[in-house]
Amino acid sequence: MTTSRTPARKRLHLAAHFPGVNNTTVWTDSESRSQIEFDSFEHLARTAERGRFDFFFLAEGLRLREHKGRIHDLDVVGRPESLTVLNALAAVTDRLGLAATVNATFNEPYELARRLATLDHLSAGRAAWNVVTSSDAFTGENFRRGGYLDHADRYTRAAEFVATARELWDSWSEDGTPRPFAHRGQHFDIRGEFTVPRSPQGHPVVIQAGDSPAGRDFAASAADVIFTRHGTLEAGRAFSADVKGRLAAHGRSHNSLKIMPGVTFVLGDTAAEAQEKAHHIRRRQVSPQNALLAAEQIWGTDLSHLDPDGPLPAFDPDPGARLTQGRTRLGDPQEIADRWRALSRAKGLSLRETVIEATGRQSFIGTPETVAAEMDAFVTQDAADGFILVPHLTPGGLDDFVDTVVPLLQERGAFRTEYEGNTLRSHLGLPEPARGRGVEGSTS
Amino acid sequence: MTAHSRPPHLAVALDTPGAPGPFDAAPYVRLARLAERGTLDFVTLGDTFTRPGPDALAVLARVAPHTARVGLVPTVTTTHTEPFHVATAVQTLDWVSRGRAGWQADVSRTPAEAALFGRRPAAPAGALWREAADVADVAGRLWDSWEDDAEIRDAATGRFIDRDKLHHVDFRGTSSTGEPFSVRGPSIVPRPPQGRPVIVVDATEDAARETAAARADVALVRAEDPDTAHAARTELRARAQELGRDPDHLRVLVSLPVELPAAGDAAGLADLLTDWHAAEAADGFHLRPADPERDLGRLVDGTVPALRRRGLLRRAYPGTTLRDHLGLARPAGRYAAVRTGEAS
Repeated sequence: MTTSRTPARKRLHLAAHFPGVNNTTVWTDSESRSQIEFDSFEHLARTAERGRFDFFFLAEGLRLREHKGRIHDLDVVGRPESLTVLNALAAVTDRLGLAATVNATFNEPYELARRLATLDHLSAGRAAWNVVTSSDAFTGENFRRGGYLDHADRYTRAAEFVATARELWDSWSEDGTPRPFAHRGQHFDIRGEFTVPRSPQGHPVVIQAGDSPAGRDFAASAADVIFTRHGTLEAGRAFSADVKGRLAAHGRSHNSLKIMPGVTFVLGDTAAEAQEKAHHIRRRQVSPQNALLAAEQIWGTDLSHLDPDGPLPAFDPDPGARLTQGRTRLGDPQEIADRWRALSRAKGLSLRETVIEATGRQSFIGTPETVAAEMDAFVTQDAADGFILVPHLTPGGLDDFVDTVVPLLQERGAFRTEYEGNTLRSHLGLPEPARGRGVEGSTS
Repeated sequence: MTAHSRPPHLAVALDTPGAPGPFDAAPYVRLARLAERGTLDFVTLGDTFTRPGPDALAVLARVAPHTARVGLVPTVTTTHTEPFHVATAVQTLDWVSRGRAGWQADVSRTPAEAALFGRRPAAPAGALWREAADVADVAGRLWDSWEDDAEIRDAATGRFIDRDKLHHVDFRGTSSTGEPFSVRGPSIVPRPPQGRPVIVVDATEDAARETAAARADVALVRAEDPDTAHAARTELRARAQELGRDPDHLRVLVSLPVELPAAGDAAGLADLLTDWHAAEAADGFHLRPADPERDLGRLVDGTVPALRRRGLLRRAYPGTTLRDHLGLARPAGRYAAVRTGEAS
């Protein structure tokens, strides 16, 4: 075996996503508990730490989704504010990284840098920030900052936001006193003194999700971890090669950015049992009502007269429709409609079956042995550096994975058996960022 | 109701005056647990954007799982922040503490604070406090925007929530620099355990007093003598009544600096609090130790037992939420009442 002679075997990273607002959470399951009480967050975080995971990941909501002019009522909805939950989780965990999704459009650098630095101190170096942006005036209606930013400005503001936060995180001198900073750029003109010293891991870990060329460049220039959706081995290898290929232009090494797709998983005692379970879960995720909703989101028109067990609409989508608000558009409606119809025709699927088939996310489905082997293969073949697991049950959805798959990954030498360091950067094998030169007068 | 007819409420500040707050959690956890051993109603932690120290709400969220009863009241300013973020963060503190969250609403006065944001200039105190009242108002509306039973999990219809029990708040307010602002709502967070976390306002300054009378559950008053405190309490209650509130839903606490360099001073403090209470100065006391690490231990081991012997402090918490400790009922959601009213 070559592996036994290869000390630098590539190990994978694991993170846990708290299954929140989406139609993948099976809230009708008898084991489904509160989406909001602290016990639920504590259970999942403790399970992730028991499994020696790198970090625990929270998404963000800033406006409840609306559909046909009414608040959307079919999926799990309602979630607490991420940073506050993570500060509380810092009290009940010791090593687990704590990652908050926080929007760079509806926040200001000084305040958010301070909140993130505080979490990093109070967790002794375990904080991460998943930077997201919005150009959505619908969401902006909850903020006095207002809503609208051009798509292009989203990333320039986000990039300047992250750079400004890094200046603030670096602004205390080595001897522990604040130094004045001043930043003047396209989006921010701020000056003063930051109130928090450099954090135990230098800077909080920066995570970014984004697949457009602008998003990939932003990740290559500024992120420590990139959260992706590329599910297949081939797509993952291509994405990984592309994004890592952009690092050198920013003076960064191949290992300074970790690629972690969000994935689901279903475990069974046999392959057939796992497939059957996965099918059952998908049927519960895509209820008849949810199937119609999914089609309405593409067609942009009321389809409540359709039978979800019947065929897809015979007419084309309305290109200008704004039936659904607060949800990311996944692509061109006409293109999706064409693809769905082709799928339906080819396999003889009803509307609901088509939605089930077309909207499934990357999944590892199988026995603990095959899932461990597949995940390991993804990582050793450079399709990813690890995974952010998205369970379909709150809060016990990670229990089986940690009890069965993690030990097998550990036996293979593909995953740590103990934390080797205390900070999230140490778990991810990321260097502590060098102190920026950056204080007064450092920016244009 | 006279201030005399109930035992006084007791709260304590965890701030270290004149020094940056610690940046690790252990000292805060130790102090909050000490306060809980003394069955104090709540602890406060101050905050500004210019004083070195960590974010106060984050610190008290970090403390929450290490404590079970004591109320947690961080300062969050309203001048440069987004009302929606402030409301959901405080609401979340109530969830993670299982009903022990408060919020000391404050304002950012200085040009130095304004320069950290670069969005708007500093404004006069009156305008800042009017804006703070608007922010407290919209926060209360966001906290009410989910009715308590909005999550229905109705598998038969596939509905997780009853959307008729979620409400846009459509709030319109005015910022301290005169521009209108609006918040659409509803909150993204379900209604928290206390319904509404407890709002605390330091009403010492005239500019803050109207906001306290209109929006606070607890008003703090800094006073040199019992008569001044009593007068402030009387004025706040009268103003609250004029604004249509039941004055008995407002607790007025005298905020007193304390320094206990010796054990005897802790007993002396009990005498002083007893005298102020007898003089009907207020509904209770918010103590601000000069050195929390030293003074809070003496307070809990010296002052607290003396007050208990005199029947001026409970021996155990009467309930689990901060509202329970303060004797404040859990408010009904305003939108639920409107909807039911329309239906009947």
